[in-house]
Amino acid sequence: MIEVSVNKKIKTYKGNSQLLVQSVFPIGSITKVHGPSGSGKTTFLKILAGLITPEQGYIKTENEIWFDKKQQINWKPQQRKVGFVFQDYALFPNMTVLAHLEYATSNNQLIERLLMIGKMESFTKHRPAQLSGGQQQRLAILRALALKPALLLMDEAFSALDDELREALITDLKILLEEFGTTTIIVSHHKQETIGFCNRDLKIELE
Amino acid sequence: MEWTPIWLSLKLAAITTIILLLIGIPMAYWLSRRSSLFKVVIEAILTMPLVLPPSVLGFYLLLTFSPNSTLGHLLLANFNLSLVFSFEGLVVASVIYSLPFMISPVKSALSHLPRSLAEASYTMGKSRFETFYRVLLPNIKSSLWTATVLTFAHTLGEFGVVLMIGGKLDGITKVASIAIYDAVDNNQYQQANQYSLVLFAITFVIVILVFIFNRNATRGPLE
Repeated sequence: MIEVSVNKKIKTYKGNSQLLVQSVFPIGSITKVHGPSGSGKTTFLKILAGLITPEQGYIKTENEIWFDKKQQINWKPQQRKVGFVFQDYALFPNMTVLAHLEYATSNNQLIERLLMIGKMESFTKHRPAQLSGGQQQRLAILRALALKPALLLMDEAFSALDDELREALITDLKILLEEFGTTTIIVSHHKQETIGFCNRDLKIELE
Repeated sequence: MEWTPIWLSLKLAAITTIILLLIGIPMAYWLSRRSSLFKVVIEAILTMPLVLPPSVLGFYLLLTFSPNSTLGHLLLANFNLSLVFSFEGLVVASVIYSLPFMISPVKSALSHLPRSLAEASYTMGKSRFETFYRVLLPNIKSSLWTATVLTFAHTLGEFGVVLMIGGKLDGITKVASIAIYDAVDNNQYQQANQYSLVLFAITFVIVILVFIFNRNATRGPLE
């Protein structure tokens, strides 16, 4: 379970707004976060990862307090170790596919399994610039999973995949996520994209 | 032709470049992270050698390092080190003079990297240092190479600062650019020409090497 209650001021072209999110994410749940453009969905994910600090509130897991304004607790991203699939993938141009996964984990068996799931076995020596958009996106997902994260955050993580690939990937991902006991939060603009993946829904709006 | 001035120039440029690689890269990293008024002021100071006449810089360094000044006196009394009319003094002056040539390209390259690269690395539990060393630095390789070569070439061509703070002591502070001036001053055009040709050849080769190294990194949008 991850319990979240955060408050963050966001600057928009209309002036300042408040991002207010209160929710409880059960362990192993897959939540789809949606809301209009610029409503702070990405900011919310970054707050959970520890990359942005909210003004008020708390973020708690079963046994850990990641953030609590009142107690002045604020874990660094390095301590939270969430899996994060960035909207721009954030792949490292200098590293091959294999080096990306080795940067995240030293578990070779897991790496092999991830490569198979992402259908990337024959691209291990390729660098991001030599991969297609869909392959880059898959690599970003695999790299995040290589951490066996308790919390996986995905920002538009299926946008570059065709229907067939996405459906196959979702089936495999669900098995892995269940095995790792990972709680997942995915931001998505398109209803179709996450069909068969999510079992919860959270709407974000600015106040 | 006496090769000592050429050798001195190369030695000065190499030592300066190594020192600047060690201190300039961390400074560029620090400057590339979140800007503040304090950082703007520091960056302006570090950029001054780029726009200041070398003789002005040399003059103030001469005053600062002279045994009559507090700093010069302290260095001489405690470390038996004099930074005026000595090779060590040239190194210190060159480091200050060439600082912006190292910092500016590296800082600019670092601040153009997508922020998500470092963020992705942090979420994987990697420290700032490891992220810098394994993710950020390898992805600005061509700028690092450019900064290194510019620093080296810029130090090689130094004249005003060197003359002010080092004079032209044979084998100690008389670098190639000073030797050329000295030769012309003494009507030895033949010798001045030889030094000039050697400097021309060295710098040309350096520039060619940068272009060769960076030719893959910089493809225009119309190619």
